[in-house]
Amino acid sequence: MKFGVVVFPGSNCDSDCYHVIKDVINEHVEYIWHDYNEKLDFDCIILPGGFSYGDYLRAGAIARFSKVMPRIEEFAQNGGLVIGICNGFQILTESHLLPGALIRNKNLKFICSDQYVKVVNNKTPFTNLYKENEVINLPIAHGEGNYVVDEATLQEMIENEQIVLQYCDKNGNVNEDTNPNGSILNIAGICNKEKNVFGLMPHPERSSEKLLGCEDGKRVFLSIINYLRSR
Amino acid sequence: MLKAEIFVYLKKSISDPPGIAVLNSLKSLGFENVEKVRMGKYIVVYLNENDIEKAKEEVKLMCEKLLCNPVMEEYKFNISEE
Repeated sequence: MKFGVVVFPGSNCDSDCYHVIKDVINEHVEYIWHDYNEKLDFDCIILPGGFSYGDYLRAGAIARFSKVMPRIEEFAQNGGLVIGICNGFQILTESHLLPGALIRNKNLKFICSDQYVKVVNNKTPFTNLYKENEVINLPIAHGEGNYVVDEATLQEMIENEQIVLQYCDKNGNVNEDTNPNGSILNIAGICNKEKNVFGLMPHPERSSEKLLGCEDGKRVFLSIINYLRSR
Repeated sequence: MLKAEIFVYLKKSISDPPGIAVLNSLKSLGFENVEKVRMGKYIVVYLNENDIEKAKEEVKLMCEKLLCNPVMEEYKFNISEE
């Protein structure tokens, strides 16, 4: 399997993603520079966390117009797997590969903590090794993770089972008290209608090794391998 | 040279956490008649262009393409000679 990790000016989780793919799940991985402008010959593209282009204007807004982005759009439209983590999620909404937008956290704090998350849809290429409604622990670290979307689109997303992860407590309760940033319906991760593009605010790459205290995120990457092998 | 002053602001339906923080701060300073605060962005673009109509078209495109995210924001702008 061949993974690609896109590097924008300001990406800061690119090395973490590269490390997890190469050293933890032992698959082939390459960095993709933001101005790469050739057909993407990969099995999965990762848009990592960070502050692409300083997040000036809006998080992800400038990265969306990098030279590599039309190639990623083409890759996604042809069914390629794309996962955007944190700033990568923001870039995917800015480029309309995923619906909605991410605004400032409701409590105005930059949140950096462990967070329980419920896998509400395990029928995606990115979550197939989790149980349905399984509660997992993933780190979050963001200032603009408050997911907003208009009512009509939200209804469409619910019908198409595009809500993949929701913030919750350790017992799986999803409510205002277990919502760290004010996201509508406690949304932590969503996919597109076709299920091949996935965006999430939590960082699975930071919880893929026992050394880091938790391995719950590793199954995101193993699910991708599982999906690709069973295709 | 033309100067475009662009205002980008959140749609009414989108909550504005920084606006709420400033509202609370103003109230705590004693400005109790403040009802609501909305925060936005003020962007100035200088154009090497003399045709105001042409500049309006161009600035509209800039707003719709990059400066404003229509999912959550709206915009307005003024153009004047610099």
